[in-house]
Amino acid sequence: MPNIIEVKNLTKRFDKTLAVNHINFSVREGEILGFLGPNGAGKTTTIQMLLGLLEPTRGSIAMFGKKFSQNREAILKQVNFSSAYLTLPHNLTIQEALTVFGLLYEVPNLKKTINEVLEIFELKDFRKKLCGKLSSGQAARLNLAKAFINHPRIVFLDEPTASLDPVVAAKIRKLLLDFHKREKLTIFYTSHNMREVEQLSDRIIFIDKGMIVAQGTADQIKSRVKQRDLEHAFIKLAENHDEP
Amino acid sequence: MNLTRVFAIIVRHLYLYQRSLPRLIEIFYWPTLDLLLWGFVALYLSNIPGEAARVASLLVGALILYDVFLRSTLGVSVTFLEEPWTRNLVNLFVSPLTTLEYLAGIIAVSLIKTTAAVVAMALLGWLLYAFNILTIGPALVPFIIALLLFGWASGIFATAIILRYGLSAEILAWGLAFLIQPLSAVYYPVTVLPPALQYIAYALPTTYIFEGMRLVRDTGEIPIQHLFWAFGLDAIYLALALVFFGWIFTLARRKGLLMQME
Repeated sequence: MPNIIEVKNLTKRFDKTLAVNHINFSVREGEILGFLGPNGAGKTTTIQMLLGLLEPTRGSIAMFGKKFSQNREAILKQVNFSSAYLTLPHNLTIQEALTVFGLLYEVPNLKKTINEVLEIFELKDFRKKLCGKLSSGQAARLNLAKAFINHPRIVFLDEPTASLDPVVAAKIRKLLLDFHKREKLTIFYTSHNMREVEQLSDRIIFIDKGMIVAQGTADQIKSRVKQRDLEHAFIKLAENHDEP
Repeated sequence: MNLTRVFAIIVRHLYLYQRSLPRLIEIFYWPTLDLLLWGFVALYLSNIPGEAARVASLLVGALILYDVFLRSTLGVSVTFLEEPWTRNLVNLFVSPLTTLEYLAGIIAVSLIKTTAAVVAMALLGWLLYAFNILTIGPALVPFIIALLLFGWASGIFATAIILRYGLSAEILAWGLAFLIQPLSAVYYPVTVLPPALQYIAYALPTTYIFEGMRLVRDTGEIPIQHLFWAFGLDAIYLALALVFFGWIFTLARRKGLLMQME
């Protein structure tokens, strides 16, 4: 599979703080990449640069073989994003919010597509409900429905199951895997739920203090730090990196 | 510029009005209140013989025209504020939407809201005080366009400041148009102002518009020179506001301000 994301020497400095420090990585088409790290490691900063919300201080990002800085519009049409920490406008209904984002992504046959994503994410009965009145499970599914409205080739998910109960979180994981299988899409994914990461990811990149400190499959990472599960591997990697 | 994405921004804001009575009232409430207040003042003055009666006839027209500027400024800046209020800025700017398309969208929303408010005011002015804004004549159209352009320029400027300094600068969205009002010779000739302030007044397109409106009333002729100055200054302010917004937006992308607003 060819690389769909290529990141070279990516660096972000905020005044005296080096948030992301010359990182290099690539993501293959159709891959689910778990992007892990402790709080403040530089995960969100990296995602924000990949989505064009933040301008890198140095380095380059390419997606679909095109430089992001020169092809922002064309790239973002094929990409989407969902974060547990973002909501759709609370004063729009589900149907209205999806219509707005469908128009922004120029989705053809918008009505049909909205019906499809509402069906997939089990939101059909709530289409007239205000986004601000949804339960956290419904809101998480709506965020994902928005993220899949344009049939993206790459989707960035920032802790999509954070603060959800295990039943809803499992449902979301299943929906993601179904979508991934059906659409052969690439998922770039952050989470603090290590079991979830192990279950979903083909490969993991571990970042700390703005630097990539490990990458590989979950098994490779676990064996590298001699830990039985990913949670302990995570702690070990973070501790190792803290040592002078 | 992609018109579908501009349309998306318009639709996003119009949806808010279809079921919200308070929002609909907000469009008409303040203009109506202003009109009632100044209308009665004008009615009172019109009964005083001499200069006061002449001034009275100008008050309602000036008020309606000033509202074009006020509503178009607020139409841009307050429409923008809706995004951080509903934590929607990031969702918008991870889409293919460009800053120019976004601005075009909120300017279109501003035009729709301003038109609704001003038509309502003009009708009320006519019903309550028998003031027909159309008596200003054909000069009314360029005056309104000039006011809209300056309103959008100041709305874009206020929006850029909010983007830079966050929601703590929200007061600018409401305050900028009121700050410009006393310097724009809306209800009195510019010569009333102290000489130093007159220099500032003459740097504002609104001054030429309201002075021009008084000239139309006095002479019946369209003051071409005033219109020339108004449109010339509009072009300068609009260009400066767009450049300023573009610069602040680049800074926002460099410093991560878009996320900080949410």
